Amino acid sequence: METTIESPSVAKKKIRYHLLTGAEAAATAMQQVNPDVVSVYPITPQTPIIQTFSKYVANGKATTEIINVESEHSAMSAAVGAATAGARTMTATASQGLALMIEVVYIASSMRLPIVMAIGNRALSGPINIHCDHSDSMLARDSGAVQIFVENAQEAYDFMVMASRLAEHEKVLLPVMICQDGFTITHTAEPVLTLDDNIVKDFVGDYQIPYPLLNLDKVTTQGPFDMPDYYFEHKRQQQEAMEAFPDALEKITEEYAKITNRSYSALDTYKLNDAERAIVALGSTAGTVKDIVDDLREKGEKVGVLKIRSFRPFPDQKVREILSSLKSVAVFDRAMSFGSHGPLFSEVSRSLYGTDTKLSNYIYGLGGRDLFPKDIIKVFEELKQPSPQNDMNYIGLRS
Amino acid sequence: MPDLKKFQELPVGGTVVWDQTVQPKTGGWRTGLKPTVDLSKCVNCLLCWVNCPDTAVLADKTTFKGFNYDYCKGCQLCAEVCPTDAIEMVDESEQVPALGRIGGEKYGNND
Repeated sequence: METTIESPSVAKKKIRYHLLTGAEAAATAMQQVNPDVVSVYPITPQTPIIQTFSKYVANGKATTEIINVESEHSAMSAAVGAATAGARTMTATASQGLALMIEVVYIASSMRLPIVMAIGNRALSGPINIHCDHSDSMLARDSGAVQIFVENAQEAYDFMVMASRLAEHEKVLLPVMICQDGFTITHTAEPVLTLDDNIVKDFVGDYQIPYPLLNLDKVTTQGPFDMPDYYFEHKRQQQEAMEAFPDALEKITEEYAKITNRSYSALDTYKLNDAERAIVALGSTAGTVKDIVDDLREKGEKVGVLKIRSFRPFPDQKVREILSSLKSVAVFDRAMSFGSHGPLFSEVSRSLYGTDTKLSNYIYGLGGRDLFPKDIIKVFEELKQPSPQNDMNYIGLRS
Repeated sequence: MPDLKKFQELPVGGTVVWDQTVQPKTGGWRTGLKPTVDLSKCVNCLLCWVNCPDTAVLADKTTFKGFNYDYCKGCQLCAEVCPTDAIEMVDESEQVPALGRIGGEKYGNND
């Protein structure tokens, strides 16, 4: 963390890269945002996020109240209490921790609490496994929390800086999960550009929600019981909030780009303009596939990558616009929905309904199984003659 | 159900904003007994105010004022926690003075 290296290309501008893991990058952003409350329980591979952040607090670099709790259910419950009271609140978790939190994540979403959740994606038990896949985030798919998947430590930093603004946007007011691949991102050091503390502070601004519970001038009851005559309306409001998210993302990422020159959107296209075949993926895998695309492009193959950054809300119109002109698309899923296709495939398939694009689903990387360049090359090869739509393919599985 | 609101008209998250909602007088649920107070025994500890699960105990800053029967469910917690036995539960049908003050001049001034 103390190490800094000069970037040869930008050295003249005196931009300094910091060597940070994804977890450290997220913790650095948290220190700079300086939330009022962070409630936490350690779990691999999220632990270095909160461990690093706790050091910042212990050293006086952040004034956050850290609440050490006895479980993730309590961590999320404490976060709900703090956010309801009027505190800018964050938490972090992974895998079983998210599974234990999940009941309260639904409640946070329905109470419209802008809690930022740093996630280090890890396989769900069982069999017990500590390595990366996306089954934990997919468990929270329908919880009403926004889900952003980042590709590397830089994105982990940038989105943890933006997360509070995204969550607290007046038309959004939802929990925001910033998901980074366990170990692949959380524990891997990369050069990361960070902002000065005061720039982040100005960017993030003050925490304001419409009805903080501790505002005694405007007395409220929060999280009450709904009969059938109102429950449905409140659930419809959550959909409204999700529908408002893309605009909030566009505005806030534009503002962020002005201070960083780093532009982000709900998805990323890579060499798709004239592409005939593409792979759709979440997280760090998109980066791996980009490398292969570069290699194949040199051989004249018209291939590209679509990286989905915002999985919830899912940018279906954009996906349709981008992919409907392609001949064949492989959707990579790092989680299963047993008895159906992978969760990302279902989204892409829905987005492309009625188009001629051939889709196939590839399940890969469960429980941290590596994805190799040869596997990706093989998929691009198979896309020349795509399998029928209802085929499930498994990369690297012994069968 | 004439005045049910549309989803666009509701505060988000199910938040109930005090001055925008109907205030039903839930004291109608009360059964059996209701609290009364002998002010000469009250020491303004406000344990009744703290323990009341509703808003039936009235206080002005640190001074106990009496009971608001519009919200009292008759749970008897106030009488149970009162350290000086100033609170007595009486039959629902009994006629009592305003705020349930059945007796005693207060050595503090409850007015």
